[in-house]
Amino acid sequence: MVNQKEIRLSGSGGQGLILGGIILAEAAILDGNNAIQSQSYGPEARGGASKAEVIISNEAIDYPKVDKADLLLALTEVAYKKYIKTLKEDGILIVDSSVNIEDKNPSYKVMQIPILDTAFEKMGKGMVANIVALGVIREVTNVVSAESLEKAVLNRVPRGTEELNKKALMEGYLLASNRD
Amino acid sequence: MKNRKVKLMQGNEACVEGALAAGMKFYAGYPITPSTEIAEICSQKLPLVGGKFIQMEDEIAGMAATIGGSLAGLKSMTATSGPGFSLKQENIGYAALAEVPCVIVDVQRAGPSTGLPTAPSQGDIMQAKWGTHGDHPVIALSPTSVKETFDLTVKCFNLSEKYRTPVMLMLDEIVGHMREKIEIPEADEIEIYDRKKPTQDEVDTYKAYRVNEGEIVPAMASFGEGFHFHVTGLMHDEFGFPSNDADTADKLLRRIMNKISDNVDDIVMFEEEFMEDAEMVVLAYGGTYRSARSAVKKARAMGLKVGLFKAITIWPFREKRVIEIAKDQKKILVPELNLGQYVLEVERIVAGKTEVHSLGKVNGEAITPDEILAKIREVL
Amino acid sequence: MSSQLIKNNFRMDRLPHIWCPGCGHGIIMRSMAQAIQNLGLDKQKVCIVSGIGCSSRAPGYMDFNTLHTTHGRALAFATGVKLANPELKVIVVTGDGDCSAIGGNHLIHTARRNIDITTIVFNNNIYGMTGGQYSPTTPTNDFGTTAPFGNIDKAFDICKLVDGAGATYVARGTAYHVNQLTKIIEKAISNIGFSLVDAISICPTYYGRKNKKGTAVQMMNYLKDSAVDTKVAEKLPPEKLENKFFIGEFKNTTEPEYTEEYMKIIKKYQKER
Repeated sequence: MVNQKEIRLSGSGGQGLILGGIILAEAAILDGNNAIQSQSYGPEARGGASKAEVIISNEAIDYPKVDKADLLLALTEVAYKKYIKTLKEDGILIVDSSVNIEDKNPSYKVMQIPILDTAFEKMGKGMVANIVALGVIREVTNVVSAESLEKAVLNRVPRGTEELNKKALMEGYLLASNRD
Repeated sequence: MKNRKVKLMQGNEACVEGALAAGMKFYAGYPITPSTEIAEICSQKLPLVGGKFIQMEDEIAGMAATIGGSLAGLKSMTATSGPGFSLKQENIGYAALAEVPCVIVDVQRAGPSTGLPTAPSQGDIMQAKWGTHGDHPVIALSPTSVKETFDLTVKCFNLSEKYRTPVMLMLDEIVGHMREKIEIPEADEIEIYDRKKPTQDEVDTYKAYRVNEGEIVPAMASFGEGFHFHVTGLMHDEFGFPSNDADTADKLLRRIMNKISDNVDDIVMFEEEFMEDAEMVVLAYGGTYRSARSAVKKARAMGLKVGLFKAITIWPFREKRVIEIAKDQKKILVPELNLGQYVLEVERIVAGKTEVHSLGKVNGEAITPDEILAKIREVL
Repeated sequence: MSSQLIKNNFRMDRLPHIWCPGCGHGIIMRSMAQAIQNLGLDKQKVCIVSGIGCSSRAPGYMDFNTLHTTHGRALAFATGVKLANPELKVIVVTGDGDCSAIGGNHLIHTARRNIDITTIVFNNNIYGMTGGQYSPTTPTNDFGTTAPFGNIDKAFDICKLVDGAGATYVARGTAYHVNQLTKIIEKAISNIGFSLVDAISICPTYYGRKNKKGTAVQMMNYLKDSAVDTKVAEKLPPEKLENKFFIGEFKNTTEPEYTEEYMKIIKKYQKER
């Protein structure tokens, strides 16, 4: 049975979403699955809405681009407005609490979560917002194992920030589970 | 059980890893999107293995220095993208005529001109064949995945060393920039071919462009090894010296063309799937192949009898097999990120024996599986 | 009868050369061979690289590792050869059009890197191979087949150009002042870094005829009468320097050399085998 999940991470340039995508894909590979990560390049990648895409599957992945996503992460209003059209009707939208949701009665599931607030205010390090978001995504979708995700995070973050990032992951897990 | 390293890797990075595995020791190039990662990674990794990297003043110089590095005895590579590929063409022709092995990577982006620098394309496929002036031998491969990028880069070096000719790796932005799982083979699993050199007892009798009995190409000495030979872009005799003699020119050009055309079976790689009962075949290459495979699988699920042909070696073309497909009355669809380039070659080979259809796209986005599926349904 | 110099350094079966009667290029080529012989270089470790044009035929006649490349690109090919094998003494033979027009970008950047390449410019102020078009060193108001009403371009001083770009040895000689030219080429080759010798040649066939400069002998006499050694020039009043050009050594310094610097990187970062 093919089990393929297509995820789009969006926000603004500098929020570390591409690194987030790489970590998520690497975690999937550590789990023994296949994964593809791609991103936007050039002017689009510098400011404005930025995105990274990840496809995770237990089978070979043919078409490497995400068309309609199973899950959309939107950390900014600009990104939400730009990419909400690309979310599947029965998909999941994980959106930062700061974003104003226009659609009052959507077919997709909406989860408003204070990701940026947690990173900036609670942890005092805005740069870990991407890792907090990965924690949320893992907890909501179970698309990668917690063990592999932590390993992938530690593989890719700068030396000396390991503990901070592990804590960011935990905050993400808590944010997601507190909602249920 | 081999202890292969499993990694998440970008296509451009896998290209460098493949080149290093093949024995690349020299890289000269110029920064251009979307190939720049190849230069960046070479600059970091080559000195670690005693190799050399140089960022030249322009694309032309990048190609020239690559040829110089190879003549001095190092396996050499350069990488570029559309506009740079255009600029390199004259010296690619030089390498073809002077029979200097080297690898040219073109990470294709949407053109013409500056075009869409960060968007994928397959618009340089005909340029790979006809880009430089005059008739000349061409070998070009096009990978469809990160793993295949590694494998085909190794193959490019092997073919260039074996046939003493520039070999092109036609990447595209889709494959070059995506990250995907790759199992890196162990060093002893990778087949490496090194150019044949003359022996030291041939120092006095060496003719730089004489093909010895039973060989495909002349043995190649490096500058500085005691053979002090001449290399030129003019038509030349067996010594390598310029000649205006009609027979000498004719013999030389036919020899360098024939060394490829006589060895098509060794050079050409392709793969087929779902062919047996197919009434129609989707013939695809590079990043677009992945959309095609997805579309063919969807079509099969719908009960449509569609086969899939993956062209791995783009040039030379696999004429024999495609003629067979045409004789079987299977229709052929060629989806590609241009307005119909490779399809021209298919039409030429098929010569009216079956229907040939084209699906082109040039807006800077990949062809989607659904677009190919729609075309399949229209054709069948 | 050929001299020992010719026998030892040239491909006898490739001679005679294709240059026109009266051309200065043969003298400069011989001067190069003399300099290489005087220095006692190992012929197997000398690589002579050229571009396209009259000058660029020289390597074909010379019995070394020789590479005849594409128009303007000799220095870029040579950079690849030198970096790949720094043991080689790399000498580039080029013309005024080859190195300062189509190859101008390579010229300034090769100088900037101070890579150990010696460039000998066979400067005849004209495109000879294509039949006499004006080049970047054709003087203003002179004629060429593409300047039928007189050249309105200003000419490059190739020595000043590469001096500004970072060459560490810069000199000019002429096909008339042969002994001095040989000495200059010796010093250029001995310099570890980018060296350039602007070797003024004569082209009686095209430049001379178009500009009514007379016979080859008259053109040689012009070189004799118009060249002033840069050391002498310093002591002469300005009126004595009118319509003269300077020869001799303009720059002789030492800067870090490119391939040596690169080898330092390899030495520092190469992994243990």
